[in-house]
Amino acid sequence: MVAVKKEGAIVMGEYFTLIIQIFQLPFMIRALIVGVLISLCASLLGVSLVLKRYSMIGDGLSHVGFGALALAAAFNVTPLYVAIPVVILTAFLLLRVNESGKLKGDAAVAMISASALAIGVLIVSVSETNVDLNSYLFGSIYAISNQDMYLSICLSVAVILLYLVFYNKMFAVVFDENFARATGAKATAYNMVMACLTAVTVVVGMRLVGSLLISSLIIFPALTSMRICKTFKKVIISSSAVGIVCIVVGIISSFLLDVPASACIVLINLTAYIIFTVIGFIKEKYSKEA
Amino acid sequence: MLIECKNVRLAYENHIVADNLSFSVNKGDYLCIIGENGSGKTTLMKALLGLKTVEAGSISHGEGLRQNEIGYLPQQTGIQKDFPASVWEVVLSGRINRLGFKPFYSSKDRKIAEENMARLNITNIKDKCYRELSGGQQQRVLLARALCATQKLLLLDEPVAGLDLLATEEMYHIIYDLNRQNGITVIMITHDVDRAVRDATHILHLHKKDVFFGEKSHYLECDTCRQFNQNEAESGHGCCKKGGCHCNG
Ligand SMILES: Nc1ncnc2c1ncn2[C@@H]1O[C@H](COP(=O)(O)OP(=O)(O)OP(=O)(O)O)[C@@H](O)[C@H]1O
Ligand SMILES: [Mg+2]
Repeated sequence: MVAVKKEGAIVMGEYFTLIIQIFQLPFMIRALIVGVLISLCASLLGVSLVLKRYSMIGDGLSHVGFGALALAAAFNVTPLYVAIPVVILTAFLLLRVNESGKLKGDAAVAMISASALAIGVLIVSVSETNVDLNSYLFGSIYAISNQDMYLSICLSVAVILLYLVFYNKMFAVVFDENFARATGAKATAYNMVMACLTAVTVVVGMRLVGSLLISSLIIFPALTSMRICKTFKKVIISSSAVGIVCIVVGIISSFLLDVPASACIVLINLTAYIIFTVIGFIKEKYSKEA
Repeated sequence: MLIECKNVRLAYENHIVADNLSFSVNKGDYLCIIGENGSGKTTLMKALLGLKTVEAGSISHGEGLRQNEIGYLPQQTGIQKDFPASVWEVVLSGRINRLGFKPFYSSKDRKIAEENMARLNITNIKDKCYRELSGGQQQRVLLARALCATQKLLLLDEPVAGLDLLATEEMYHIIYDLNRQNGITVIMITHDVDRAVRDATHILHLHKKDVFFGEKSHYLECDTCRQFNQNEAESGHGCCKKGGCHCNG
């Protein structure tokens, strides 16, 4: 009995020292900093994207980003220099397609993302470069360099500032684009700002969580918060918090359990979604009875 | 002249909704657009707002009317059923055209939003979630938003749809006051012809290929014009062929 208890205590103690150690590992610190910033950007943008029914765009962009990264690796260029412009261009293209209404938006996204993924895989397999396909597809907390970290700090500060500046306009355009346009708002410009910010977030976040799962950072926090929150502002604040908590817990537990971070982050997001759904359900029931 | 339409043709792909439409709206006018379902009223309003391009002809704004001085109440909005937004957030967003390069609303914006909420009797549901309101309440919220945006011109697409009797009366009263006292030009789509005739200064009646545009008094003088409404289903020809009134058919 005593021995078991002691063992338990040791295990607990070990975990604590491990967690303290985590904050002394440079790569973990880098991963956490980048993770927090990226998920903050992603969840801020995610609210607008989800509400505009643009959730698929994040997914499409990440696949295109994968193709661009593979291309960059094959030609031995700094990946982000290729990926960011390519993905921004794709974002504009998808926006145009969506607005013109000629091709169904979701179909266009599916088409583009599958093609980009295929091109990326082909390039990786044909080129002789020693590209780790896995790390592109699923990300890696070990892959974050100092350069990545500085870049992501700059980009996310830019995203957050722009978001704050455009917050009210973004709301009006997302809530009712026709009204915003009719009363003189440059809705197309705001859509473009949003697409551009999303593209940048996707590319930077891809290093960490990989291209297959980055879109979960965008859509999950928004969907989770919408289960409970009933005003736009609360949804925004709540999704930022949910996004940050989930990514921190995800990165730390992936390190402790020695499993891929991206999978951990997605599953923790799913857990949060389920918890919020249950809370929302209880809240509704309670308010009906009251 | 605030707005001038010259030989406008409106169409969706190959389907022509209205053709050869000419009329003008002056400052201080109260124009009612009437016509049966599907006669192109909403389409015309969208064209006036620049949300839809005209197939032929031209629509021009005069007297320095800028897009951000226009208030608009859409008939159906693309607003989704599950959008999380409070009444306050929606009404305040009507002030977006006053933001310019400022990122945040000023206290004046807030004050105007509050005044308009009081005007439409929705102050008590200020913090409620828009998606949880009844249809009529939602309509009032959108009206308050439209009023927030209005500086010179107000376009309303069936503003009283879904309102109860009392609210309908109040609504017409508010619009009338805005027009006569505040000098705001109003363009309103409605199916309530009696009311349109009572308050409006001008009438635009869309009816298949025939169009009546003119002052209210002319519309009243023209017997056949009034019969438009009753006979619409039967005859393809309106009064305009018979001459005598200011119809351009
Ligand atoms: N998005 C669209 N695509 C194609 N045709 C359309 C579209 N919207 C409207 N139409 C067609 O244009 C015509 C005019 O429609 P509109 O909405 O302007 O009518 P309305 O006068 O506003 O009718 P209501 O009184 O029912 O509001 C209709 O015949 C309709 O079928
Ligand atoms: Mg209509």
